[in-house]
Amino acid sequence: MKAIYILWLRELKRYSRSKAQIATSLGQPLLYLLVLGYGLSPIFRRSGEGSYLQFMAPGVITLTVLSLSMFSGASLLWDRQFGVLRETLVAPVPRIYIMIGRTFGSASTALLQGLLVGVVCVLAGFRPLSLQSLPLALVFLVLIAVVFTAIGTAIGSTLKDMQTFQMVTNLLVAPLFFLSGALFPLDDVPAALKFAAALDPLSYGVDGFRGALIGEAHFGMKLCFAVLSVLGIVMLSAGAWRFAKMEA
Amino acid sequence: MILVENLTKSFGGLKAVDNISFEVNRGEIFAFLGPNGAGKTTTIKILTTLLRPSGGTLRVDGLDPGREAVEVRKRFGIVFQDSTLDTDLTAWENMEIHAYLYGLARNAWRGRAETLLRSFELWDRRDDRVAVFSGGMKRRLEIARGLLHTPQILFLDEPTLGLDPQHRNHLWALVKERNKAEGVTVFLTTHYMDEAERSAGRVAVIDHGKIVDIGTPQDLKRRTSASSLEEAFLSMTGRSVREEGVSNVEEMRQVVRIWSRK
Repeated sequence: MKAIYILWLRELKRYSRSKAQIATSLGQPLLYLLVLGYGLSPIFRRSGEGSYLQFMAPGVITLTVLSLSMFSGASLLWDRQFGVLRETLVAPVPRIYIMIGRTFGSASTALLQGLLVGVVCVLAGFRPLSLQSLPLALVFLVLIAVVFTAIGTAIGSTLKDMQTFQMVTNLLVAPLFFLSGALFPLDDVPAALKFAAALDPLSYGVDGFRGALIGEAHFGMKLCFAVLSVLGIVMLSAGAWRFAKMEA
Repeated sequence: MILVENLTKSFGGLKAVDNISFEVNRGEIFAFLGPNGAGKTTTIKILTTLLRPSGGTLRVDGLDPGREAVEVRKRFGIVFQDSTLDTDLTAWENMEIHAYLYGLARNAWRGRAETLLRSFELWDRRDDRVAVFSGGMKRRLEIARGLLHTPQILFLDEPTLGLDPQHRNHLWALVKERNKAEGVTVFLTTHYMDEAERSAGRVAVIDHGKIVDIGTPQDLKRRTSASSLEEAFLSMTGRSVREEGVSNVEEMRQVVRIWSRK
């Protein structure tokens, strides 16, 4: 337990010290929020769908959590390259603890960054349904962070070099995000797109999170919760399995 | 303390360690001396549970590293060839992580960490990020960290690689001091003859995965009628430069790694 705690704490310390990283990873969500959010707002309103900012802000917060979670695998590669990982791998603790500590540490930093973007969204004019809806929304955000950090960890412990890792994650993050319904409602899209969105795990994250925040859900919150929980367990196991096979 | 009998490790068809046997006594400083690619690091990796041997028996403090990995890990501290410090964190935080990973009691490790950092002359820099440390300071910190959980054995794999003579001297003085003060057994590898001669009680000369000779530096010199250990070493391992053999072993390791990934 002590080992899990200290590795979790390490990720948080490193996050809180990388001010530049915190600032730069605000850039992309801000771009979406301010340019797309305000830019598409008139069209959205004209078609009778209400405020676009209200609709897409949850998606932007999700994007932040998604990218930080996925790229946590990069810190694994980084630590392996610089030997930091080796110190933990010869320690008298089972590897699964090391994997859990790191994964939850990275998930926590992704969550914190998501909350930071959430604050920015509120400043930009986003208003959640009610304060009571926030705890449930947080549950969904935590699930998103854990699922995608576990995926990032699994990829990071399978691949060997940083370049390949970045290629693979970039290849995954964009379609995951665009298909998720973060930027447009899934209700009236063509069947093929609807099908693709249903296969995208992030769709359930976005939908559940948005459902909790503004009360509009496509799949329904129960289904979202179930899909994310099952996927979380599967991906954590996959991450643990890959991690155990990784060479020191 | 360490008992190795007929240890063999092959990568594919290549034998990195070829049927070696030796013993390290409690409290002694024992050196593995050999050219690059001789099998020094492979042996350390096997003793420290990071690699499984292909054959042979070994005991570390009476335990089998292959089957009782966690227990064995509690008993040794290790300083790898490449630094494993977290450079984003401070010296103290690096010690703290180690203490938690080894499950040390809070009131016990803090005092010991202070003692170690003081004797390794790092106490005043404990709150500085490791990224700003010099090579010598990093090495000292790694050794201090490796000793934090009061191990029975300290493994040092080429600990002075890349350090200038002043730092090397300083480092060996510190290691010897700890060896005397705490009786910690030290197993080190080096390809610097003078270091083996000055620091170690006994030296094993290893080449091509085989042990060529074991004894005190004086014994080795006498047996080859050489005036220095360097002379003795060269007469045992030959004078030619063998880049090819070195890269072959490394290459096989790489290939095997790629295969085992599938």
